[in-house]
Amino acid sequence: MAERPLTGDIRPGEGPPRLTEYERRGGYAALKKALKQMDPAGVAEEVKRSGLRGRGGAGFPTGAKWSFVPMGTDAPEPKYLVANGDEMEPGTFKDRYLLEGNPHQLIEGMIIAAFAIQASVAFIFIREEYREACAALTRALAEAFAAGYLGGNILGSGFNLDMKLHVSAGRYMCGEETGLINALEGRRAVPRWKPPYPQTAGLWGKPTVVNNIETLCCVPHIVLKGAEYFKGLSRTGEGGTKLYGVSGKVKNPGCWELPMGTSIREILEEHAGGMMGGFKLKGLLPGGASTDFLLEEHLDVNMDFESVAKAGSRMGTGTIIVLDDRTCPVGFIHNLQKFFSRESCGWCTPCREGLAWVEKTLAAIEEGRGTREDIGILEFHVRLLAPGRTFCALAPGAMEPLGSGLKFFRDDFDRHISAPSCPWR
Amino acid sequence: MAIIYIENKPYQAPEGKNLLNACLSLGFNIPYFCWHPALGSVGACRQCAVKKYRDESDTRGQIVMSCMEQVAGGLRISIDDPEVREFRASIIEWLMANHPHDCPVCDEGGECHLQDMTVMAGHAYRRYRFKKRTYANQELGPFINHEMNRCIQCYRCVRFYRDYAGGRDLEVFSAHDHVYFGRHDHGTLESEFSGNLAEVCPTGVFTDKTLKKHYTRKWDLQSAASVCVHCGLGCNTLVAERYGSVRRILSRYNGAVNGYFLCDRGRFGYEFLSSAKRIRRAAKRNSASGAMEPADKKIILRSIKEIIAGGRVIGIGSPRASVESNFALRRLVGPDNFYSGMSAAEEELTALSIRIMKSGCASFPSLRETEKADAVFVLGEDVTNTAPMLALALRQSVKNRAAASLKKNRIPEWDNGSLCVIKDEEPGPLFVASLLPTRLDDAATRIFRGSPTQIARLGQAVAHAVNENLPAVSGLEQAVAKLAEEIARELTEASAPLVVSGAGCLSGPVMEAAANIAAALAAVNPRAGLFLALPESNSFGLGLLSGKPLDQAFQRAEKGEVRAAIILENDLYRRSEKKRVDRFREQCRHVIVLDFIDTATAAKAEIILPTAPFAEADGTLVNNEGRGQRFYRVMDPEEDCRPGWRMLAEIMEYAGIGDAGQWTTIDDIIAGLCAEEPELQGMREIAPPAEFRIYGQRVPRQPHRYSGRTAMKAHEDIHEHKPALDFDSPLTFSMEGFRSGPPPSLIPFYWSAGWNSVHALNKFQAEIGGPLRGGDPGIRMVGSSHKNFEYFKPAPVTPTPGGREYLLVPYFRIFGSEELSVLSPSIAGRIPGNLLLMNESDAKRIGAGNGSLVRVAVADAGASLAVKIDPGIPEGVAGYPAGMPGVEFMNLPAWGAITEGG
Repeated sequence: MAERPLTGDIRPGEGPPRLTEYERRGGYAALKKALKQMDPAGVAEEVKRSGLRGRGGAGFPTGAKWSFVPMGTDAPEPKYLVANGDEMEPGTFKDRYLLEGNPHQLIEGMIIAAFAIQASVAFIFIREEYREACAALTRALAEAFAAGYLGGNILGSGFNLDMKLHVSAGRYMCGEETGLINALEGRRAVPRWKPPYPQTAGLWGKPTVVNNIETLCCVPHIVLKGAEYFKGLSRTGEGGTKLYGVSGKVKNPGCWELPMGTSIREILEEHAGGMMGGFKLKGLLPGGASTDFLLEEHLDVNMDFESVAKAGSRMGTGTIIVLDDRTCPVGFIHNLQKFFSRESCGWCTPCREGLAWVEKTLAAIEEGRGTREDIGILEFHVRLLAPGRTFCALAPGAMEPLGSGLKFFRDDFDRHISAPSCPWR
Repeated sequence: MAIIYIENKPYQAPEGKNLLNACLSLGFNIPYFCWHPALGSVGACRQCAVKKYRDESDTRGQIVMSCMEQVAGGLRISIDDPEVREFRASIIEWLMANHPHDCPVCDEGGECHLQDMTVMAGHAYRRYRFKKRTYANQELGPFINHEMNRCIQCYRCVRFYRDYAGGRDLEVFSAHDHVYFGRHDHGTLESEFSGNLAEVCPTGVFTDKTLKKHYTRKWDLQSAASVCVHCGLGCNTLVAERYGSVRRILSRYNGAVNGYFLCDRGRFGYEFLSSAKRIRRAAKRNSASGAMEPADKKIILRSIKEIIAGGRVIGIGSPRASVESNFALRRLVGPDNFYSGMSAAEEELTALSIRIMKSGCASFPSLRETEKADAVFVLGEDVTNTAPMLALALRQSVKNRAAASLKKNRIPEWDNGSLCVIKDEEPGPLFVASLLPTRLDDAATRIFRGSPTQIARLGQAVAHAVNENLPAVSGLEQAVAKLAEEIARELTEASAPLVVSGAGCLSGPVMEAAANIAAALAAVNPRAGLFLALPESNSFGLGLLSGKPLDQAFQRAEKGEVRAAIILENDLYRRSEKKRVDRFREQCRHVIVLDFIDTATAAKAEIILPTAPFAEADGTLVNNEGRGQRFYRVMDPEEDCRPGWRMLAEIMEYAGIGDAGQWTTIDDIIAGLCAEEPELQGMREIAPPAEFRIYGQRVPRQPHRYSGRTAMKAHEDIHEHKPALDFDSPLTFSMEGFRSGPPPSLIPFYWSAGWNSVHALNKFQAEIGGPLRGGDPGIRMVGSSHKNFEYFKPAPVTPTPGGREYLLVPYFRIFGSEELSVLSPSIAGRIPGNLLLMNESDAKRIGAGNGSLVRVAVADAGASLAVKIDPGIPEGVAGYPAGMPGVEFMNLPAWGAITEGG
C-alpha cells in the first residue's frame, strides 16, 4: 500500500493522538529540524522545491505564496499565518478528517510555516459546525503550549509564536481568503480587492498568509523527509499525496489519501467501490460543487490540477460528487445554485442578483414552470458571470456546474420544459 | 499626464487617478454607482466596466472595472465595445430585477442617478419574471426618509455614513440578495451629516424628508446659488423654490470650501424661512395701546425720517447680516455711530482672528484643504457643534497617515477598500484640547480637557516645544508637559500640520496660543496651517467693517447719548445679559428693528421693518477664512420685505442722507463700499456684475422643463404673469437664457443632457473632484503680502476663586445653538434639552442628580436648568447651554455659583 504520511496515523473511532502519542510516532521532529537545523529561507525553499500546491481548491504553489511575504528586519510587524479551516464547499470533508484525526499535525505544520514567513501570530479559522475538530484542536493547542512548542522562545530557538483558534460565525465566503480575513477582523465577510495581496497587507493591514488545512499538514513531512521524498509520493509532476473523497450513490463513500494523480476511475472503482446496485454514473463533479461536470469518458483522467484542467474542469478540493442516472440533473444543479445564491455575500451586483435569478429560474424549470426563454437566461448568466466581471470567484465557480450541466444534460433541461414537469419525479 | 487610448484615440489623463474618474473628466459617459469622487473606489457594483487591451494587436481585450483601474501611460481601453456594453446593460438588468419601478411616486424621480444610468447603459426590457424581494422601512427621524425596496445595494450610504462621516448607527445587514441598509432598529439617525445620504444615495432609498412635506420635482424647482447662514464656514448651497416657498437645500459644490457635502443644520435649517416667526409686514407700536400694528411703509418711513432728524442715532449691525446691509447701516448712521452688534468677547476674537490672518504667521488653508492635513491639533473648539463641516474635514485628515502608508506599498489613493482596512490601524494624529467632551473625541489620538487658561497654557507649551526660543510655560503638570512634547513632535514631523482654534471657548489667549504654534511650525514648514473658526455667517465680514462692540453702545446709552437705535437683523438678548439689554431699551427713546424674524429685541421695538432672509435677498457673506461669497435670491421677497441694504437705502433716500438715492442695485452699494474701504476691493470680483450677459443672455433660475408657468397664478389672473425682474444679478426668474456653463458663482442648479441627478456636477468640474470649470467661486478678502507676526506673550494665569464657585463654560450644539435653524421644525426635533452638564461628584456635592433643577448665577445673570451628569466633564467645571432656545445669555466663561433647586 502506498505511503499515507498525512493520514497514516489517523485511527477513525479512536480519537486523535494526544501529544505523547504524536511525539512517539515521530511528531514534532520536523519542527525540531526546522528550528534547529534550518533557517526560514531554507524551509521556504524546501517547500517551494517540493512542488506543493494549495489544497484549498485553486492549487496555487505554496512556496510562491510564501515568497511574497516581506522578510527582513524592516518588514512590518506582526505578521500573521492563518489556517483556513472554513471547509464549506459542498461535498468536501477532507480537512475535517485531518482536523479531527490528527490536530497536532496541523499545529506542527503551522509552526513551521509561521517560522518560514516569520509570523508571530497564527490563527486557525474553523467553521462552527466542526465541533469535534474544535474540541480536538483546543486540547492539542493547550498541550502544545504546555510542551513549549508554542509561545515564547520555542525549543530555545528564539522564535515566538502565539496560536489562536477562531470559530467562524459561518459563511461560505469565509473560505475565500480575503473574506476570511475580514471575518477574522470582525467585519462583514466580503472579499477584499487585490492588490494589496494578503501577503503584503492582510489581517489588520499586516503581512498575512492564508493556507488550507491540508496544505499545512503537508509541511512537516516535506521538512522532515525532504522535497524529493514529497515529490516522489506523487504519480505526476505535482508533489505529494492528496486527500480524495467521493460522495453520491457509490458503494463505499469516503475519504482516502492517495498519491497525487491517481485516476478518477481508480478512486471511484477501487476506493469508493463503484456505483451502488441499480445506479449508473451520469456525471461527476471532480472537486466540489464549484467545478465543471466530467462524464464517464473522463474516468481515466488523473486527479491532479493540470490533468483535470485539461479535461475541462478543475480538481478543486479533490472531493468528487457523483451524479447518478436516478437523480435529476436539473434538481441536482438547482440544489447547488440554491447554496451559492444563499451564500453570495451581497457585495457585487452580478453575483448577488444573478445567482438569485438563476436559482429561481432552475426552481421554475424543476417544478414544471419553465419556459424556453429560461434556457437563454441560464446561458446568459453562465456567459456573463465570468472571472474578472464579478468581484471574487464565487459566482464564476457557481457557473461551472451550471454551464457544463447545460452542455452535457441539455436534453434533460428541455424535457423539463416540454413535459412540463420533472421526469424524475 | 499620461497618454491613454480610448477607442484607439489618444487622450491626456492624469497619471495615478482611476480610469473612471479620468474618463468622466474627459467628458466620456460611463455609468457608475458605488464609486463617488469623495468616497473613492471599491469595485462593488461592477457598473463602470470597460474593455482593456494589452496592446494594439490585442483584439479580444478583457473586461475590467474602470474605477479599479489605474491610469498609466499607454493604457488602451474601449467604452463602446459591444461585449462590454452588453455587460453594463446587464448590470442594470440585475439591479432592476428587484427595483420596484415606482418612479412616479418616488421622490428621487427626475433627479435619479439610477434612472440616468439605466438610460445610459441601455437596458430597456424586463426579462426577470419572478417575485421581487421586499423590505420593511425604518423611521429615521425628522431629516431622512427610508424606502428600502428601491435599494440597489451600492453600499455608498454606509461608506459615507460610517467610513467618511464617522457615524455608528447605520449599517449593512443580512446577505445575498437580501442585503439591508438601515439602523439596528427604528430611530433618529445620530450623525450630524445624515442629510448627505439623500445626495449620496443614487436612488430613492434615502430622501429628504423636509422636501417631502412640500414635494416638488427637480424640474419644477426654481433655484439659485446661495451660501449657508447657519455657521461661519460659508458652505455653498443651492436653494430651491416653488410657489413662493423654499422647498429644499442641496450642497453646491465648491472645491475650496464644502466640496460635495453639507451638515444637517445647513441642509435642514432652511425651514425657518416659513416659520410663524417670520416678519413680513412693516409695523409700528401704537403709542396709546402699546400694541404693534401693521402700518403703511410710507408712514413708517416718515416716522423714521423724523427720528433720524432728531439726532443721536446709532446703528447696531449684525454678524448674520450681509456685508452690504451692515455697510448700508454704517453709511446711514455714520461710522462713529455704527456698532457691530457683537458682544465684547465676540468682537475681540473676530478682530484677533482677522489680525492673525493679516499677519501671515502661517498658511491659512481653506476648509477643503484641511482634509489634507496629516497632523491636527484642535484648541478649545467643539468643531462638530460650532463648525460642523470642519469636523467632517478633520475626520478625513486622520486617514492621511494610512493613505501615505498605502502609497508606500504602491496602493493607489483611490482604493478606498484598502484605505478602510488600515485607517483604524494607523490613525493620523488628531489632538483635541477642549473645555468639555466633543463629538470628535472618538477620532482623536489624545484628548486634553481643561479650562481656557489651561488650554492656552498647553498651547503655549506646544509652541515652546516646537520653537524653544518661545517662552516656556512654568509650573506645568508633568503629564501636560509630556502631552505638549508629543503634540509638538507629531506636528513638527508632519508634512502638512494644522492647528485649529476659534471663538468656541470665547478666549483670546487660546486663539493666541494656536497662532503661536502655527507660526512656530510655519517658520520651518511653509505648509503648516492655521484654521480659525468664527461663529456666524458674516462674523468675518462684519469684523472687516470696523465697528465697535455692543457694550460700547450700551455705555453710550448709559451716558444719555443715544436717542434712537436702528438694530439690523440682531437679537441683542443673544449677545448680552437680559438686564443690560432691558436697560438699554429703556434708555433709547426710539428703537427701530430691521429683521426677518420676530426676536425678543423686535418684540420691544417701536418700529419694525421686515427684511428679506437669504433666499429672498442678494448679498455677500465673508466666511471664517476671509472668503467673500455672493448669495442670490431664489425668489423676490413678498409683501414689505426687502433685503436689509435695500430697506436701509430706501430709508436714506427718504431721509435724504448722502448719495444713497443712487443705490439702486447691489453693485452700486458694492461700489460705494469699495470707495470707502480700499481693503475690500475684492468685493467687486466675487461675482459678475448685474449687467453681465453671455451672448446677450441672462442665466435662468428655472430648468428648461419647468412646468406650469402659464397656470401658476391662474387663481389670481388668467393672464400669464410677467416674470419678476432682477436688477441685481445676471440671473433671471425664467426658463429662458443661457444655460450651458455659466460662471461658477452663478450656477443655479446642476443639469446636463443625460445627467439629471446631483451627479450632473461632473459636467461642471474641470476635473472630477477638483475645482469647478472657471475656478471655485469666492474671493479671499484678506491676504498678507508680507509677514509681520509677533508672537503673543502667554497670558497671565488668573487666580481661581475660592469657595463654592464653578467655572461655567459655554457649550454649543449643532441643533440648538444657532438662532435661525432652531425655528426649523425638523431641526427643532433634534434639539436636546437645556441641560447643565456637570461631573458626578460636583453634582453630588450640591445634592443634585440627573434631571434635578439647579440655579446657576454669575455676576449679571442667572438661570434655572436641569442637570445632566457627564463623566467627561472635569471637576469644578460646568457646561452651560449657550444660545439654546429659552436659555438666557451669560457672559462666559465665568466663575459662578450653582445651588440646588430652581
